[in-house]
Amino acid sequence: MSEETLNITLKVWRQDGPEDRGRFETYQAENISTHASFLEMLDVVNENLNEDGKEPIAFESDCREGICGTCNLMIDGKAHGPEKGTATCQLHMRKYSDGDTIVIEPFRAASFPIIKDLAVNRAALDAIVMSGGFISVNTGAAPDANLTPVPKEAADQAFDAAACIGCGACVAACPNSAAQLFTSAKVQHMNLLPQGQAERWQRTEAMIETMEMFFGSCTNHGECHDACPKEIPLDLIAWTNRDYIKSKNKNRKLAGQRG
Amino acid sequence: MIGSLDSRLPAGSADNIQDAWTNHKFSMKLVNPANKRKFEVIVVGSGLAGASAAATMGELGYKVKLFTFHDSPRRAHSIAAQGGINAAKNYQNDGDSVHRLFYDTVKGGDFRSREANVHRLAEVSVNIIDQATAQGVPFARDYGGLLDNRSFGGAQVSRTFYARGQTGQQLLLGAYSALMRQVGEGTVEMHTRTEMLDLVVHDGAARGIVVRDLITGDVTSHSGHAVVLATGGYGNVYYLSTNAMMSNVTAAWRAHRRGAMFANPCYTQIHPTCIPSSDEFQSKLTLMSESLRNDGRIWVPEGMDDSRAAADIPEGERDYYLERKYPAFGNLVPRDVASRNAKTVVDQGRGVGTLKNGVFLDFADAIARDGKDLVASKYGNLFDMYERITGEDPYSQPMRIYPAIHYTMGGLWVDYELQSNVPGLFVLGEANFSDHGANRLGASALMQGLADGYFVLPYTIGNYLADQLGDRPMDAGDAAFRQVEAEVNEQTNKWLSTNGTKSVDYYHRELGKIMWDYIGMERSENGLEKAISEIPALKAEFHKNVRILGTGDGLNQSLEKANRVADFFELGELMARDALAREESCGGHFRAEHQDAEGEADRDDENFQHVAAWEWTGTDSVQNRHTEDLEFNYVIPSKRSYK
Repeated sequence: MSEETLNITLKVWRQDGPEDRGRFETYQAENISTHASFLEMLDVVNENLNEDGKEPIAFESDCREGICGTCNLMIDGKAHGPEKGTATCQLHMRKYSDGDTIVIEPFRAASFPIIKDLAVNRAALDAIVMSGGFISVNTGAAPDANLTPVPKEAADQAFDAAACIGCGACVAACPNSAAQLFTSAKVQHMNLLPQGQAERWQRTEAMIETMEMFFGSCTNHGECHDACPKEIPLDLIAWTNRDYIKSKNKNRKLAGQRG
Repeated sequence: MIGSLDSRLPAGSADNIQDAWTNHKFSMKLVNPANKRKFEVIVVGSGLAGASAAATMGELGYKVKLFTFHDSPRRAHSIAAQGGINAAKNYQNDGDSVHRLFYDTVKGGDFRSREANVHRLAEVSVNIIDQATAQGVPFARDYGGLLDNRSFGGAQVSRTFYARGQTGQQLLLGAYSALMRQVGEGTVEMHTRTEMLDLVVHDGAARGIVVRDLITGDVTSHSGHAVVLATGGYGNVYYLSTNAMMSNVTAAWRAHRRGAMFANPCYTQIHPTCIPSSDEFQSKLTLMSESLRNDGRIWVPEGMDDSRAAADIPEGERDYYLERKYPAFGNLVPRDVASRNAKTVVDQGRGVGTLKNGVFLDFADAIARDGKDLVASKYGNLFDMYERITGEDPYSQPMRIYPAIHYTMGGLWVDYELQSNVPGLFVLGEANFSDHGANRLGASALMQGLADGYFVLPYTIGNYLADQLGDRPMDAGDAAFRQVEAEVNEQTNKWLSTNGTKSVDYYHRELGKIMWDYIGMERSENGLEKAISEIPALKAEFHKNVRILGTGDGLNQSLEKANRVADFFELGELMARDALAREESCGGHFRAEHQDAEGEADRDDENFQHVAAWEWTGTDSVQNRHTEDLEFNYVIPSKRSYK
């Protein structure tokens, strides 16, 4: 718990609005405690900017515990920065050294239009969930929870997929700006559970095709998994691709078009 | 005063609480399926309560408009709840029942909640687990594939369902998926990044809301047959809390200013197991799930100012103070008791860490007994989180923890049907005051949010709407709405033209210090009087000297914060007045003047067995305190003892 401070040079993307061209601006972050989180460092910079009569940098965060998925910074070219399995808000300044220069940009993807500075619009992710990321059970219609045993293994794997926080780092890291890891996580969370079987094939087809409407296509680079703050397993994409191919057949059969 | 403080408890609930909710459901009016689509309902907030209410009303066929200031409903702060959700399933065959959950919750709330409300909560708890499981919420399971449970702070049965340390996330994603299905089906119209800035009350009822689009800055009005607030708690009045950065009281407070009563604002909960703050730039505190207390042992050194590392302090020189003082419950005493005891030992100078501001939570015995792997399987993500934040490894040295503001039991007053005293205004989840009394038990917040949203409001709102069949909602272009919009715009312009010298955060931090020092874990007459004089002075300076740059016609985070902090100032003062008026100690409210010889809370049932509900009387006048008496027919008030 030794108390040390750092002086850091920041190159921060500033953009006044969606139509503005944007530019990098350089700021000094001085006397930053090593115990501070990365976003607390930005809080200090903003407080100083405000004092100097300059508008603070717009960036988004909420829980600051790595679970809500609101924070989204590209730090030195990496989504959520250098620490593996860590959202921006959980990155701490003790990972940096005095005198470092840090480049901060928004998550960049055509499907994530910039709102202002480092804030982007990720509503396209909600559209994917809306297309099928649910199990259709109206309130009150559920049977007793222990009626259907779920093998522990399946429940655990479903949880691993369900741990996605929807931050969009997978999109920002992907050379194609695909949201395949996000989509696969939601598809497999439900496809792995007995409760999710009835809508399995419709769900898979709808969600993948909605994803393709907004985002690029997956070509198996695996950058998404590297950037993911929750380390969502990459093989979920393979399982989802398999389910997708099957779904094209199954859904026709379900619709009565055999042969 | 609009309306009354009639709790509208079901007739006969004093004699037959078991059937009160069932009978009440039968007595309420219904809206037939073809008529439901004629009713428009506004829901503000997309956490567990708001998302579940909007989804369920959408399924029933109502026309719902959902508003959230988040970019997606999934970001709401319910997502951060770690430990679990209680339900009286008795799957563990350890003697749990609806009655026991009801009993524990009333007792845990220190006899300051309504029995009938709590009984209903315990009844519907079992339905929540069924609903969530059917939605695909991946609760923990045992090797037979059935649901697993654990025991949780303050309970002697294992009734807590959990999904690793991310139960809130998984339950919210369940409610969010149900909500998105309804958005897809067109029954719910979703407005993200849209913040409610006022409530429109006209002819004695709630008619709609005025909102600001956070991206464009546009201020617009939305009307409906009813308005449902599910906007969470007000813990951020303390600046440092475990709440998310954007959590605020604004929607509830603006409703209060329009006539809705604010009940028991001084009932705040301090969570015992948070990571102590490390420096003055700290923006928030991080909670470590209370489930850690199942296996971790809490201790401090026997002597004062002991700077040795934990490993160098021999067993005989450690004080496991909870186990010593409360042998029956040990480390699992309820939150208020655990928190106050931590404060006591730290105030004695026995705190640990560089700043001497924490106590140890030690897993050495658990690791020796169960092995590192089993401990990691239960708490791995929490241990990782702790290490990321502190740089210390909890497998090899004890965690340092300290209490932090975590939850607020107070909130807008509601009757049994979750309707405020303003007709047509309903309040759910943490935003209302109803079920937890003066102290909430662990794993009961998720239960209450989802009970309100899935299983209570969808029934009770029909009872209100049925009488309005044939009435159109007020026109959102009406002069009443225009007037409120003008007031909102005027406030925005005022913020932008104040042109002072200090940031909103500066004033928020300063307010937080006053709140924590005088209205924190322990309150005294002296301290509360100080708070009542210091808060308005700081508030005046804030309004005069805050600097908000940029414009109102686009994203402006300082402007958003200014509105929220302005409301926190008014709320903070009311909290102090409420704490001062409540001359007793109960639950999370501990008055230094009211403790017994052993330092335990001294409750005064004769004079304070009531809800205090405050009525807004204008910006510059002291609010009126009204009371609703509480009756106990099933759980007879006794001194809470965990010894």
